[in-house]
Amino acid sequence: MLITTILDYEFMRAAFVAGTIVAIVAGAVGYFLVLRDLAFAGHALSHVGFAGATGAVLAGVAPLWGLVSLTLVAGVAMGWLGDRLRGRDVAVGIILSLALGLGVLFLHFYTSHATQATALLFGNVLGVSMARVWDLLGLAVLSLAGLAAISRPLLFATIDPELAQARGVSLRLVSVLFMMVVALAVAEATQIVGILLVFALMVGPAAAAQRFSSRFRTGLALSVALAVAQTWAGIALAFVTDWPPSFWITFLGFIAYGGSVLATGVRRRQNI
Amino acid sequence: MNAIELRGVTLARGDRIVLSGVDAAIAPGEFIGILGPNGSGKTTLLQAVLGLVRPSAGEIRILGGPPRASAAAIGYLPQQRAAISDLAMRGRDFVASAVRGERWGVPRLNAADRADIARVLDLVEGEALADRPLTRMSGGELQRLLLAKALLGRPKLLLLDEPLMSLDLRFQAGVVALVRRVQQSLGLTVLFTAHELNPLLGVMDRVLYLAYGHAALGAVDDVITSAVLSKLYRTPIEVLRVDGRIIVVSAHGEMDVHAHHDHS
Repeated sequence: MLITTILDYEFMRAAFVAGTIVAIVAGAVGYFLVLRDLAFAGHALSHVGFAGATGAVLAGVAPLWGLVSLTLVAGVAMGWLGDRLRGRDVAVGIILSLALGLGVLFLHFYTSHATQATALLFGNVLGVSMARVWDLLGLAVLSLAGLAAISRPLLFATIDPELAQARGVSLRLVSVLFMMVVALAVAEATQIVGILLVFALMVGPAAAAQRFSSRFRTGLALSVALAVAQTWAGIALAFVTDWPPSFWITFLGFIAYGGSVLATGVRRRQNI
Repeated sequence: MNAIELRGVTLARGDRIVLSGVDAAIAPGEFIGILGPNGSGKTTLLQAVLGLVRPSAGEIRILGGPPRASAAAIGYLPQQRAAISDLAMRGRDFVASAVRGERWGVPRLNAADRADIARVLDLVEGEALADRPLTRMSGGELQRLLLAKALLGRPKLLLLDEPLMSLDLRFQAGVVALVRRVQQSLGLTVLFTAHELNPLLGVMDRVLYLAYGHAALGAVDDVITSAVLSKLYRTPIEVLRVDGRIIVVSAHGEMDVHAHHDHS
């Protein structure tokens, strides 16, 4: 059958395993990202990562490691600045374009691969090697362990910062640690959908899940489930149609979020 | 033993002295309304009782001990700055997030936690809010959930910072009556800060009035007088009583000191 045909190929097996690992991380971390109203931060981190990824290519290192290093640095900075970044769209935007500009410069020096740029920007899940899957697994474990360790004060500080502070939670420490977790998750997500489409995995499933369920646990589980389903279906559809998996994943994300808007809109009207 | 005792307490925010030389003794089970204009130190005083702000002079005793030692006996409803009404989370999870929320790890509830959450929801008559998302609650319903949160862990003292802010008049009376019912059934000591005097009339046992660094504590009829307020404000103040309401104005009549609801 189709499933067995798909899984005959090693690159497809690697794509499914990598996609699953990354989707779990993106769904879980994204849930808190959306709850904290920081959807844009994920987007910003991935842009900063572009300079790291291309810089790494130039230095002869795998782009993933350049990406991780730079998103981590930017994550710590963003977590530290926290609310002070709100309303600073111009400053943030200029730093983001500088990061993308540097990326272009590094690519210019590394002349041999134009495809490298496309893969970085739009993702190339079918190009993930089995060796890279192990790297992704390691980063995923790190990111999820970090999230588990901070999730209780993170939830408290997100929902009720004043009370959390009164009870001795350091809002800044929680914010910095969380943005480090986000940085790892963003670096992972770029390996599947690329730097420009991180929203599709980090924000879409989480936002849809929060519309579908107002329960914390159900919402979190649903966010992970949607991210995984989106990734699996996206890869399978790419195999069948020969269109890019990144297109299918973003398209399915749009369907999931659009569906949640329509469904909850109808439910709300029924309640009145 | 007093629930709260302040002896010559001076509180500062940075270089600015907010309150100086405040003496007050509050007995267990009293409902104290804390009133005063913006910036008069209402929030700072609550934070000092919580042990978050240390007095630069004088001493604060809570239930006979230093403030930090009684932290577990204090329930706190902070002034709300963030827009919680945008949160698509159900009421029960909103309350549950405060259960040992300061500890690291995964949020997990045991049977005793669940029982405590059910207890506080019951106290604020909020069972119907447990499964409804915050996005579909009125301001009064949100305040009930915030009160439920403050009651977690069976505190003896309840510090409520501006729970009436940005509430319609009809919800204000409901929140005040609910706090009074809970206070009386559990025998709590309540400190309730407010902008306006009238919603608390007939409910509070005594008023603590703060203005320009000084404080006056006593029965409403003894404190809300022309003599006492004129001294606090250092300008002639008139107190008018109309149909059981009290209106405080400057003697020249051009300014309502705080009769109007202020959303700032």
